[in-house]
Amino acid sequence: MATPQPDAGTPVVEVSHLRKTYPAARRGAGPKTAVSDVSFQIARGEIFGILGPNGAGKTTTVECLAGLRHADGGTVRVLGQDPQADPLLIREHVGVQLQEAALHDKITVAEALDVFGSFYTERADSAELLDLLDLTAHRHQQFGKLSGGQKQRLSIALALVGKPQVAILDELTTGLDPAARRATWELVERVRDSGVTVLLVTHFMDEAERLCDRLVVIDGGRVVAEGTPSALIEGLEGDRGVRLRFADDGARDRATQLLTALAERDDDVTAAVPVGDEIEVTGTRKVLFAVVQALAAADVVPDDVRTLERTLEDVFVQVTGRQYRVEENEEVAA
Amino acid sequence: MTAVETTRPVRVNHGGLRFRAFWTLFGSELRVWLREPTGVFFALIFPSLLLLGLGLAIPDFSKPMVDAPPPWNEAPGVTSYLPTIIALAVGTISLTTMPVQFATFREKGILKRLSTTPMPPQNLVGVHMVINVLALIVSAGAAVVGGMVVLGVPFAADPLVVLLVLVLSTTAMFSLGLLVAARAEKGQTASGLGMLIYFPSLMFSGVWVPLSVMPEWMQEIGLYLPLGAAAQGLTMGWFGNEGFPLAQVLVLTVWTLVLFPLGVKLFRWS
Ligand SMILES: Nc1ncnc2c1ncn2[C@@H]1O[C@H](COP(=O)(O)OP(=O)(O)OP(=O)(O)O)[C@@H](O)[C@H]1O
Ligand SMILES: [Mg+2]
Repeated sequence: MATPQPDAGTPVVEVSHLRKTYPAARRGAGPKTAVSDVSFQIARGEIFGILGPNGAGKTTTVECLAGLRHADGGTVRVLGQDPQADPLLIREHVGVQLQEAALHDKITVAEALDVFGSFYTERADSAELLDLLDLTAHRHQQFGKLSGGQKQRLSIALALVGKPQVAILDELTTGLDPAARRATWELVERVRDSGVTVLLVTHFMDEAERLCDRLVVIDGGRVVAEGTPSALIEGLEGDRGVRLRFADDGARDRATQLLTALAERDDDVTAAVPVGDEIEVTGTRKVLFAVVQALAAADVVPDDVRTLERTLEDVFVQVTGRQYRVEENEEVAA
Repeated sequence: MTAVETTRPVRVNHGGLRFRAFWTLFGSELRVWLREPTGVFFALIFPSLLLLGLGLAIPDFSKPMVDAPPPWNEAPGVTSYLPTIIALAVGTISLTTMPVQFATFREKGILKRLSTTPMPPQNLVGVHMVINVLALIVSAGAAVVGGMVVLGVPFAADPLVVLLVLVLSTTAMFSLGLLVAARAEKGQTASGLGMLIYFPSLMFSGVWVPLSVMPEWMQEIGLYLPLGAAAQGLTMGWFGNEGFPLAQVLVLTVWTLVLFPLGVKLFRWS
């Protein structure tokens, strides 16, 4: 590159040791520390995820960094500015999609875009935005009559109407059906590809895994893991799994014997246990290799071999020692 | 590859842009406001409807007020009810329309949503203050015109005094409305609280018992209440035979000076 960009490499968002305690909601209850220690950096042009269960402190974190809430401790920089000191400084350049719906029921899609567009010095082309978000056909429809997915898309459009450098999207697929979720995911990727840095808040593991270039996992107001989804999954200790299925019970019994013996003898194999009419063998990354070798040596041929997929959910279990559970499951079944 | 813009944000403070955006917001809010038929009915039409309905239905309202000093002895009885109806228009907008409006904005997250844009939510409240003032002009104007044209009510003796009292009633009552809406988390809560103040206020401003026959002690209390002082001051300005409503003007000024800063201070923006 001929001219070095002065800002190239400087993070777009920097949060360090953020802390926020809410005063007691009612008498008798104590104050609630929603965020106790959160730090991360977001580079220009990435989709950065904040992942965590309900009540982990995700929304509080982004509200502090958007200058919507006063943090009790730590520092925040967005585009080099301190939104805690002067929130108005970043308003032009940071688009926010809030977790809750936030429009009059009777305002139409086109009107909402027009009004919000008028707030910014630079504004995106409304027709293009409507097109990008698949809302052109609904532009004269009132907000209250839109479906959940359409409302979310409008909400994203409003976050983008001021041509922001950073877009903060909080729980944008909660309540959507699977098809609408996938469509929204593609949309977020398109937004990133257009040069906008995206901060995505979600409690969906699959969403974070699919979309985020990098992410932090937050639990109980703290960062418990950070990295790219694949690095986090790669970094999981031990316990890769292989599932084997056999044509008949005889072969399966013989395999069980062989593999139990293998587990005792080979350090790379932890255990072999029957699961339904399959056998699940767990161990290090060499487990598949060891299993195949042992079975081949004894000429026991399985019908089917599957390696068990590892996900961010396993990462969460490993770092917190708890199952990942979303308190209120708002996901809409297909 | 497209060059990525790396503008370091600076505070953009284009007065012109903000000014235009305010009126864009105004236009859109006005259109949306007009789409709520019940709200529009109470804010704009209810006072005139009550005036015309009662004026035509109650026999005493169409008979001349023979006991009144001239020239009022030829005016229909409903004349003394018109100032009360103007006060009712102020009270209806400030205690039924406004608190629900603002609390609903809070409930729906609209105030917070605006906080994320370069247009702070204070502008939305400002826009609705303008809309409510316009609504009041329409509503009170319709009552006056309707009363004069349909019921033959004579015009005010001291229009400037009426105007002054009307302006002060508006500032006092809108401040009260703002205060009622300041904390409520839900439109319903604000609505309930507003009603709790609205009905007693109407009583002291002569909606149910006309001021002319209201017992002395009630008038005494009414003088110290914003809507009561409004009705009394408007009545004195309309008839012009009891001098300048100094006490009422003072009461309304004090209410404004107390309620407005309190409403602003307590108002929750998210
Ligand atoms: N305004 C508030 N006053 C008091 N407590 C609050 C407030 N907002 C959030 N909390 C509490 O702080 C904690 C973190 O809340 P936050 O909304 O940041 O979580 P979250 O990770 O966004 O959760 P979700 O996935 O449900 O959106 C929760 O225990 C919540 O009850
Ligand atoms: Mg949240």
